[in-house]
Amino acid sequence: MRVTVRVFARLRDITGAAELARELAPGATIGDLWRQLAGEFPELAVYERSISSAINADYARMDQVIGEGDEIAFLPPVSGG
Amino acid sequence: MLPLLAIGSAPLELERVAAAVGAGPEAGADGAVVTFLGLVRNHNLGRSVRYLEYEAYEPLALKAFARIAAEIAERWPNARLALHHRTGRLEVGEASVAIAARSPHRGDAYAACRYAIERIKQIAPIWKHEFFEGGEVWIEGATANPDDPGALAEAERIACA
Repeated sequence: MRVTVRVFARLRDITGAAELARELAPGATIGDLWRQLAGEFPELAVYERSISSAINADYARMDQVIGEGDEIAFLPPVSGG
Repeated sequence: MLPLLAIGSAPLELERVAAAVGAGPEAGADGAVVTFLGLVRNHNLGRSVRYLEYEAYEPLALKAFARIAAEIAERWPNARLALHHRTGRLEVGEASVAIAARSPHRGDAYAACRYAIERIKQIAPIWKHEFFEGGEVWIEGATANPDDPGALAEAERIACA
């Protein structure tokens, strides 16, 4: 299934694009997608313990299962204000 | 009238944010508005800051703001909140965030305002890209987890200190 991945801030610098399209096996979780990306972009690995994730613009846990067409976002530690 | 919660590239106007929070039918019962304006500082961790670029995941940021407003309504039932955050390039001295909290008495308005800025820093999906003399760096603070009870307790402790 096809999903859209959004990455922000330094994660975007690492991947070189704000938005990526990826193909996933049915039943894949956000964690599976993260590990796939970290394989592609080894510099992401340092964020393993500090990222947050979202599905369709709602915070989600890494074990949440992804659906066809979902928008998954990976967020480095935040610094608003 | 401005919306209570907003994020975007337009310059912030504290007066209008404060007016937005005072527009409800209950406004006559209120005796206090506490406002906060966050500014771009010209120094950070020993670096001379030239300017900041703010990036946000806007739809999730608005939901995070709504969550913060709901948390405030739970803790200070008579308080109401308006909260605007800016994105894009901001020069030193420009405002990045404007908050107005309104309630019948000043104590709740102060607490709600302080709680709001602490929670923004914890859970709003917004990032500062700092451009300083000699380089640039993404500022990375808290891992955003809206359900983290430790972070909630910390925001409450600071708000009520």
